Amino acid sequence: MMMPPLCPTPIMQHETIQMAHGAGGRLSQALMQRVFMPHLHNVFLDVLDDQAKIDLPPGQTAFTTDTYVVSPVFFPGGNIGELAVNGTVNDLAVGGAKPMYLSVGFVLEEGFSLAELQKIVMSMAEAARSAGVMIVTGDTKVVGKGQCDRIFINTSGIGVLREGINLSCRNLQSGDSIILSGTVGDHGMAIMTSREGLSFQSRITSDCAALNGMIAAILDAVPAIHAMRDPTRGGVAATLNELAVSSSVGIEINETTIPVKPDVRGACELLGIDSLHVANEGKLVLAVAAADAGLVLDVMRSFDLGRDAVIIGSVVDEHPGMVVMRTALGTRRIIDLPLGEQLPRIC
Amino acid sequence: MKYIDEYRDPQLAKGLLDEIRRTVTRHWTIMEICGGQTHSIIRNGIDQLLPDAIELVHGPGCPVCVTPLESIERALVIAARKEVIFTSFGDMLRVPGSSKDLFMVRSEGGDVRIVFSPLDALQIARDNPSKEVVFFAVGFETTAPANAMAVYQAAREKIENFSVLVSQVMVPPAMRAILSSSSNRVQGFLAAGHVCAVMGYEEYEPVAREFHVPIVPTGFEPVDLLAGILKTVELLETERAEVVNRYGRVVSREGNLAAQEIITKVFEVTDRQWRGIGRIPASGLGLRKIYVQYDAEKKFNVAHICTEESPLCMSGSVLQGILKPDACAAFARECTPEHPLGATMVSSEGACAAYYNYHRTL
Repeated sequence: MMMPPLCPTPIMQHETIQMAHGAGGRLSQALMQRVFMPHLHNVFLDVLDDQAKIDLPPGQTAFTTDTYVVSPVFFPGGNIGELAVNGTVNDLAVGGAKPMYLSVGFVLEEGFSLAELQKIVMSMAEAARSAGVMIVTGDTKVVGKGQCDRIFINTSGIGVLREGINLSCRNLQSGDSIILSGTVGDHGMAIMTSREGLSFQSRITSDCAALNGMIAAILDAVPAIHAMRDPTRGGVAATLNELAVSSSVGIEINETTIPVKPDVRGACELLGIDSLHVANEGKLVLAVAAADAGLVLDVMRSFDLGRDAVIIGSVVDEHPGMVVMRTALGTRRIIDLPLGEQLPRIC
Repeated sequence: MKYIDEYRDPQLAKGLLDEIRRTVTRHWTIMEICGGQTHSIIRNGIDQLLPDAIELVHGPGCPVCVTPLESIERALVIAARKEVIFTSFGDMLRVPGSSKDLFMVRSEGGDVRIVFSPLDALQIARDNPSKEVVFFAVGFETTAPANAMAVYQAAREKIENFSVLVSQVMVPPAMRAILSSSSNRVQGFLAAGHVCAVMGYEEYEPVAREFHVPIVPTGFEPVDLLAGILKTVELLETERAEVVNRYGRVVSREGNLAAQEIITKVFEVTDRQWRGIGRIPASGLGLRKIYVQYDAEKKFNVAHICTEESPLCMSGSVLQGILKPDACAAFARECTPEHPLGATMVSSEGACAAYYNYHRTL
């Protein structure tokens, strides 16, 4: 007997991202309702308008944006989602702003796991809660298989600048103390040692964290901080070089004071990479008048994120625009910007 | 950190420096063979600490630096092929050929991947049976055992989509070439500790006798280097052309016999072109005939590709210890890590890069 032709209903339950998830139709709505809204919802986002209408307290507004393309998407100590929230929160906070509102844009590769997307969204929600910011608007695009690497996230952030502070990379003055909030290289080495193709195992975890709480406490105690930076790509070396060049001063640091976790140090030694060139995602470098340095250290060390805070060097009149390290042997060497990609050595 | 901190101990270093000062009575020129040693010396400022009478010159032991231009050109041609996954140690990706480097090939769509071991490259071949996986087998005796092992395993497992582009060189022939040169100034050597870990130091004894130079296998940490320098100075001052091991925790006279066995099984001694230096007879390793199907040069028919080095680059003189990097007219002017004229400015082990990174204006 002939079966009557079946009228197939479209498959609405998917385990992976389909092109239709980005097409603005039913699947797009399903993605909103099932994945994004349950975790991210708040009074602004719930309106589902094309824009968030926000009131900002009086004062100057700080505005920043950053795009996150980290691979692997999940790494020891975090994932691309919390990185995208914390990174933008930190970019606002190091300028002396109180981070308030974030936008988020996703670029998803066709075939990306919905369960993984859900995990990423959940950790973004958690990171935003813990940093005290709201994700108030967003967008999702889907691109074909192979047109992006699983998931890219852009976040932009708005914050309100505190009054009575003047943070700038041009403000360094001779005699300033340079303070670092903790161990260097954790994030970059966590990524490098977890990449596919490296037969290399370690317990190194990323330091990915929001710094705004600690920064607010520092500025409450010492509003006269001269400059703050979070040493992400290029590591502490790149940050110090930017500060030295912008302020036309020299910076001298002491090798023996730089905190490095033993695992990170071991991996760097093995790969022939300088830990000062490796990225951090939850560290702070700041310059402050030497007289205030003790108080700043006390405040930082009262936070988990700053318990290893230490003075690593000072601002000097000599060699303007250049960072010089005093080695353990008492000799001096230049700390330069890293050159492009960090390449492991041959032997 | 164990095995590191005790060899960076400032007090131990100071004691050795005092001993060197007490021992030296006249000017000596000592060459450290290995680029890793050069970097440690410059990075730690050991050259700043030594008495003026001791001059360190930097040797040819940087695999990236001495890999000839034609090997790079051949790599670029192979890496650009659609069916190829080209694998290499990271250092090699930035070395310029005559018009581009492997990074540029990658940006143009070539599948170029960094691996940490040739055995990882072999795994990529297992995982991608429809692709041709090529590994850039460069380096000294240090990389030879693992490179040989990859070929040996590929043959044993009959993996046919794997091959190696070989540019494998050896230290003793380069030392002989330097010592035989009419412009040679080298009076004593710090031999490369990890090369000796593989090969032992017996093969240096005839070199020491023949050319009447002391040779001291030396490690890479500041205390290792200072101990090696002290022993070389003692031997020079007492006119003893001997080989004395100062890297005892790693190096033995006979070396690693298992590693030597796999090298001999897969490779045979051959003439090699050295970038910046020229052809040195019997200075390299090539695949034995029975492994010819793993020779990427033959598989991809690139053996005919030959190129000439830029006449501006003085890296040959630098690699032979005749010219100090910062004495080169192009140093930090036309030649920088962003725009290197030669490989000595590219590699993390190259002498010019070491001077540029740590020493420039101090």
